[in-house]
Amino acid sequence: MADLPRTVAPVDTVDLAMPETPLQEVWRVFRKDRLAVASLGVLLALLVVAIAGKVLTDWIVLVNPETVRLPEKFKPPMSYAATELLSVADRPPFGLYLLGTDELGRDVFARMLQGSFVSLSIGFIAVGISVLIGIVLGGLAGFYGEVKLGFISVDTLIMRFTDVMLCFPTFFLILTVVALLPPSIYNIMIVIGLTSWMGTARFVRAEFLALREQDFVVAAQALGLPAWRIIFRHMVPNAIAPVLVSATIGVASAILTESALSFLGFGVQPPYATWGNILADGKNFIFDAPWLFFIPGCAILTVVLAFNLVGEALREALNPRLRRR
Amino acid sequence: MNEQPTGHPLLEVRGLKKYFPLRSGLFSRVSAWIKAVDDVSFDVYPGETLGLVGESGCGKTTVGRSILRLIEPTAGEIRFAGMDVRRLDSTQLRWLRRQMQIIFQDPYSSLNPRMTVGAIIGEALYVHGLARGQELDRRVQELLAQVGLSPSYRSRYPHEFSGGQRQRIGIARALALQPRFLVCDEPVSALDVSIQAQILNLLQDLQQELGLSYLFISHDLNVVEHIADRVAVMYLGKLVEMAPVDELFRNPLHPYTQALMSANPVPDPTIRTRRIVLAGDVPSPVQPPAGCPFHPRCPQVMARCKTIAPPLVRSGHGKDEHVVWCHLYGTAESETASSPSLSSWSSTAGDSGAAFLQGR
Repeated sequence: MADLPRTVAPVDTVDLAMPETPLQEVWRVFRKDRLAVASLGVLLALLVVAIAGKVLTDWIVLVNPETVRLPEKFKPPMSYAATELLSVADRPPFGLYLLGTDELGRDVFARMLQGSFVSLSIGFIAVGISVLIGIVLGGLAGFYGEVKLGFISVDTLIMRFTDVMLCFPTFFLILTVVALLPPSIYNIMIVIGLTSWMGTARFVRAEFLALREQDFVVAAQALGLPAWRIIFRHMVPNAIAPVLVSATIGVASAILTESALSFLGFGVQPPYATWGNILADGKNFIFDAPWLFFIPGCAILTVVLAFNLVGEALREALNPRLRRR
Repeated sequence: MNEQPTGHPLLEVRGLKKYFPLRSGLFSRVSAWIKAVDDVSFDVYPGETLGLVGESGCGKTTVGRSILRLIEPTAGEIRFAGMDVRRLDSTQLRWLRRQMQIIFQDPYSSLNPRMTVGAIIGEALYVHGLARGQELDRRVQELLAQVGLSPSYRSRYPHEFSGGQRQRIGIARALALQPRFLVCDEPVSALDVSIQAQILNLLQDLQQELGLSYLFISHDLNVVEHIADRVAVMYLGKLVEMAPVDELFRNPLHPYTQALMSANPVPDPTIRTRRIVLAGDVPSPVQPPAGCPFHPRCPQVMARCKTIAPPLVRSGHGKDEHVVWCHLYGTAESETASSPSLSSWSSTAGDSGAAFLQGR
């Protein structure tokens, strides 16, 4: 036995050439889209920046977005602070205004950092709320759609309500609600979430209708599994792909909505900085201090574009018909 | 497998009907009914395989799923081991779930891609409280071994397996609850011929070993001839002929059965069979033809076939019974002249079902 050459693999290991998992397959297709991979990089960087922003502006205050330095107003990006005029606490890190200062001499870099966390958290939480509502309503319509409530079926009730919600000009609805409620960041998250679930509900309903006819769901029924188990173990995990895509794109639109609200003055209130209200402040000085306008504008553009590109690439990668390429 | 004595049937189906509503218009009014299954009656005896053959769309699958109560039938009686399947409460339904199971045609859509093989097979055992923890794992390994797969496969996902292996996993899942009756819904139609034989042999071995009864739905006559003890032929939602397998293949009576047989490929190029080529298409089940549903395509059509529903003509008894619904072999008058006595529970069954019942 010891004489046998060691290089020959035992027969059993031939079996180990395992086909790729669905996740690997999605990544393989996703990776082909260079723009989307770059966008994913941008988003990961944004995530780091946003968390750093929360930590550095709120917990260990290294950069203070609220410090007013009137003699230092309208400093262009990359200019040094006149450190001799400022107290130690008011000095920007390294004495440098990385992205300049605004009309009150506040450090735009610090304000952008703070704003990135606000934007991202509004995007994620609003979309989280909308996805939750969408899955529940879409799932109910798809699974219990044929159940009658008096003269109307569950499916008709939920989907017509969805249509009604879609008919509202959402942005004006949000404006009205925000005007009536105290303008806090949480209200904005909830309002955006409550007005953007309709797409998800439709997706989930469609997926559920298709899945209900799938043999493995029929098998689960034949095995006598309870409905909640069929829904949450057999249907939701298989319906989640299009939800993921619409959620990714939904984050972009939530960030955009928040920026628009803040721009109009209905959003997060000063002195708390968001990209929208930096932009709103900057528009008054667009010729004197264009960076105040362009920095938040470019940030919003980049992030929204990155979310959309990643969402589109995910849609491609998760679509079973387009996959085998 | 023909040696089992003629006892009480395990499953009795009488006058089964399933009409699907066809909705149209602004307010989704029901404009017509698709008669997917229209008055079907048959028995399945313990330990036997009843083949159910017919073209696609003739209602075979609907019959199978109605028996399992995966589809709620429009009318008719289904009795399993003496229990009225359509009137079970939730406790009894849980009992029924452990008695009968289903095997599917498509091995790709029949397994949840997000669950491991072990979870797929063991889930029902867990939910029904039959096994937990190590015992569950042991049962899953046993079931995998029983269907000829390595017990080590339990931690893998369905996409790692071939069609035949997936079909074996589906069978293991169906066997987990130790059922007595399996609805096999075209279990080999999606497989390669060499794999088909393996799966058929596995099903036969399991039947011997566990004393299972099968309702074997197929459109492949060769497969049915191989596995079935008795065969029922369906056309457009109705049964047209039912007989023991040897009898049916030796002596097909109904013109439709004869046409089916002649269309069946024989694996010997030297044999020249007389092919009965049917004219036209299968009529729509929304408006099935009056009289005999087969009359527009029947090569031996007579005047009365177009107006009068065909009578049931029977020879033999119990499992050896050869029944055919055709005007060629008898008249409606002789049928109605016979005894009107019906057993009480089959009172809602249709004419042919009732007539069928009184023959036993």
